[in-house]
Amino acid sequence: MSHLLEVCDLHVEFRGRQEAARVLNGVDFHVDAGETLALLGESGSGKSVTAQAVMGILDTPPAFVRSGKVLFDGRNLLELPLADRRAARGAGIAMVFQDALSALNPVFRVGWQIGEALRIRRGLGRAAARARAIELMERVKIPGAGTRVDDYPHQFSGGMRQRVMIAMALALEPKVLIADEPTTALDVTVQAQIMDLLMELKNERGMALILITHDLGVVAEVADRIAVMYAGRIVEQADVHDLYRRPLHPYTRALLDSVPKLRADDAPLKTIAGLPPNLARIPPGCPFHPRCSMELPVCREQLPPALDLGGRLSACHRAQELLDA
Amino acid sequence: MLDVQGLVKHFPTRNGTVKAVDGVSLTLARGETLGIVGESGCGKSTLAKLLLRLETPFAGTALLDGRDIFTLRGADFTEYRRSMQMVMQDPYTSLNPRMTVGDIIGEPFEIHPDVVPKRARAARVRELLDLVGLNPEHISRYPHQFSGGQRQRIGIARALALAPRLVVCDEPVSALDVSIQAQVINLLEKLQAQLGLSFIFIAHDLSVVRHISDRVAVMYLGRIVETGTVEDIYAHPTHPYTQALLSAAPEPDPELRGGSRRIRLEGDVPSPANPPSGCRFRTRCWKAQPRCSEEEPALIARRVESASQLCACHYASESGPAT
Repeated sequence: MSHLLEVCDLHVEFRGRQEAARVLNGVDFHVDAGETLALLGESGSGKSVTAQAVMGILDTPPAFVRSGKVLFDGRNLLELPLADRRAARGAGIAMVFQDALSALNPVFRVGWQIGEALRIRRGLGRAAARARAIELMERVKIPGAGTRVDDYPHQFSGGMRQRVMIAMALALEPKVLIADEPTTALDVTVQAQIMDLLMELKNERGMALILITHDLGVVAEVADRIAVMYAGRIVEQADVHDLYRRPLHPYTRALLDSVPKLRADDAPLKTIAGLPPNLARIPPGCPFHPRCSMELPVCREQLPPALDLGGRLSACHRAQELLDA
Repeated sequence: MLDVQGLVKHFPTRNGTVKAVDGVSLTLARGETLGIVGESGCGKSTLAKLLLRLETPFAGTALLDGRDIFTLRGADFTEYRRSMQMVMQDPYTSLNPRMTVGDIIGEPFEIHPDVVPKRARAARVRELLDLVGLNPEHISRYPHQFSGGQRQRIGIARALALAPRLVVCDEPVSALDVSIQAQVINLLEKLQAQLGLSFIFIAHDLSVVRHISDRVAVMYLGRIVETGTVEDIYAHPTHPYTQALLSAAPEPDPELRGGSRRIRLEGDVPSPANPPSGCRFRTRCWKAQPRCSEEEPALIARRVESASQLCACHYASESGPAT
């Protein structure tokens, strides 16, 4: 069975003057209609670059896709001519960015920006595009959409601006919505409103949602499946309940242990020693081995493949052991 | 040790006066950590600046060991500055990129030359680096040679240089990744135990605040709406805003999904330039009654089980909204 969106063995590098940083090193995942997949990882793990590669908005140079496939509706987006690629963007896959203030154009009214795709891609006239923009703003629950359609981005609060971004992404009714840290810049009560809205829209339209985040709390509340990224690889992939109940990769496990809980004891937090690797000099073997508490000699030499452990994946030499323990 | 009463700071702007801090009272004991939580614009950073005397209040007093910090002058003021230091949020912009780590951490000694004699300063800086878990050999390196977590350690070492009694931490871990955040939190706790420091810990992350604090104050639009011990606030919140804040905080456990009743606030925080009359939270509150717009609720003990838990709500109770 083919999936709505499938990324296969994606490699991306950033070429600098002296050395190349290997930012993505064989990323594999898929997502289907109505599903929420969370790409979870810390800074530099490659989650945003993955999204940009899927959208086809990588800055080239310095970023180059070395190999891999992005299959959407059975076609490899990376091989499509530019015009077809553009057609897939927005109508097929749309994206909501983290920082709405810098993602929106400050000198155009929001209604104009929401309607832009409709005018250019659907050939709607100004009046029709404006009317549709108001509908979209109403759908994302912006109060007084009829008048606010003519406001500029700076006249909105952070939460409302993020709603404008979501309205813009929905304009062409995409099948896949990628949300890159959509609530990171927002306060917690507003964050909850935006996540509720995204989930509501996903269910209503049967979209696939790819949620990119570093927030283990947000992931636990909304995701169906989680892919944990480290140094440009997916190190573990599982159903959300399985992953939190029993992480099968030492990195996932350490990450879960290092978060303070809202309702829990006061023991010192567990930490992960050291730092993520420099992507220009990823250590041989398993990239996590220098920080791993379960390291074996083999980890220093051999890159662990993603093992299938009954419907979930873990790229660790000791995954089977963790499962049996 | 610290006793703050009725602190007020307004900022006049073209669009009216922003009431950033509008009557805040709090106390802090030696070795204690007071967490201050609230959303953007609630006045928590302005409060931090007032306590460090980087801003002058319009009204109110802050007694440190019985002396009002806002009336101190000359040598007394210099002495006060030594006892109170700050760790800032962004480890990338709060360190001068053109100074070596040794110069950054040693700079407080230039301003307070009598703390450590000139000859002993380099040795003291090495000790401080060691104290915060950095390699003392790296004294001549520049900030860009360190990672975010290491930079935050440099900021902490600088704050500790003058052996302060109180350290104000303004969102010290919010710019860091989870795995690094835990390292810095553990370091702060270790230093507190080792040096007997008091912390004012400002953050928006409720889980981090719960972990590190003894007592918590919840701020909304320039006022403290509820304060108490960590147990009181997290297990028995009585102010609707505290309840909403706790309910909105995502819990890293999918089993709890949909388990606890979610409280969803409508809308955004009103502008601090034009706060609602009476109770400032009433425009987003599900309990709001006519009384709330007329009469400002006092911050007093309202839960019989705990006299130290203060709440500013006419209708304080542990029960959330009916669904």
